[in-house]
Amino acid sequence: MTNREKYNQAFIETLEITADQLGDDLTYQSIEAWDSVGHMQLVSALEDAFDIMMDTDDIIDLSSYPLGIEILKKYDVEFS
Amino acid sequence: MLDYSDVFALEPFALGAQDKNRLYGAWLDRLGAHHRHFCAPYARLCATLGNRPALPVRLFKYVDLRSVASHDVARTMTSSGTSGQQVSRIYLDKDTSARQSKALTRIVSSFIGKKRLPLLIIDSSAVFKDRAMFSARGAGIRGFSLLGRDTCYALDADMKVDMAAVLAFAKKYRGQPTLLFGFTFMIWQHFYLALRQADVKLDLQGFLIHGGGWKKLTNIAVSNSDFKQALSAQTGITHVFDYYGMVEQTGSIFMECEQGHLHASVFSDVDILDPLTLEPGATGRGCICTTSLLPTSYPGHILLTEDEGEILGQDTCPCGRLGKYFKVYGRMPGAEIRGCSDTYVAG
Repeated sequence: MTNREKYNQAFIETLEITADQLGDDLTYQSIEAWDSVGHMQLVSALEDAFDIMMDTDDIIDLSSYPLGIEILKKYDVEFS
Repeated sequence: MLDYSDVFALEPFALGAQDKNRLYGAWLDRLGAHHRHFCAPYARLCATLGNRPALPVRLFKYVDLRSVASHDVARTMTSSGTSGQQVSRIYLDKDTSARQSKALTRIVSSFIGKKRLPLLIIDSSAVFKDRAMFSARGAGIRGFSLLGRDTCYALDADMKVDMAAVLAFAKKYRGQPTLLFGFTFMIWQHFYLALRQADVKLDLQGFLIHGGGWKKLTNIAVSNSDFKQALSAQTGITHVFDYYGMVEQTGSIFMECEQGHLHASVFSDVDILDPLTLEPGATGRGCICTTSLLPTSYPGHILLTEDEGEILGQDTCPCGRLGKYFKVYGRMPGAEIRGCSDTYVAG
């Protein structure tokens, strides 16, 4: 699985959404499932998928689908 | 939009009195102007009371105080209050909410380190069953969740200790620092007493951070030092810290240091008002007035609480942290009864 696929899968599974909902419009609290509880589930799914531990500021800043990609790059997760 | 980068660039407990006065002078002018511009009721209050009024916390029960457009409100926090009493409504936009989370992180990290620790929440995940319910209890848990990882809830939906989960947590993280968080009264009533009754001693390390007030424990004659000793003996955790905070100023909490003093960080300040004249700078016991630089979506930056306290000093605490340090005695005589962070009324 590519990193992009792993990234997408974390969103799809934790937020219970479909692939067509992934994109720039997907932001924190834009859908019901991405609330603060969903957020922590998403963070742990991403941490498990990439075997990383994120800083708290990055967890707070991870407020959209595209921003998450930028943040993960800091942890040497590469997206092609 | 106000730029907070200067505040967040500072270490949370390293600002001396002079620098703090300068910083707060500038920031309170900016925040006051911001809220007068965006919140008409606040502007009217200032027209009558002067430019830096300390708003009584209960005002948020009776007046909708909001400095953002209603469609920018991301979440409305409600305060405690036993049934029948009006609840406070605190309006948060995304920026204020994120800023509060970051400030909480800075403050707590300076006590427990920057690494996210395995987290045992002494509460039930049922708090979140109704996701639209943003109580003080939910806010505390949500805020501290960011500081932890591999979160485990110690209580089940009936507020009984989930012994299997707690023992599994203790076993998994044996010998490693962990973080325990919960509300003071609930930790005592539903966790400590239950462990003691079941004769279960945990072998945990790390930190226990708790808040929500002492009212119910004072009623059953449990002091802060009793609490620390009892919890240490039952859980193994030697660093037990209380904090003072309120839903009206989420994030900028006042943490208790190793000396047992509550400390204002760079994000907040504390003053004691004379209970009769409400003049600031009172010595001895008086009404606690708290200032927080964080809220931009509601004018809650200067609040008159209903708690009684006393300033113990500034910049001189033996723990080395700069800023004012103080003690809270409890509710002011005659104050309205509020729950301990709306924690579980049945207690």
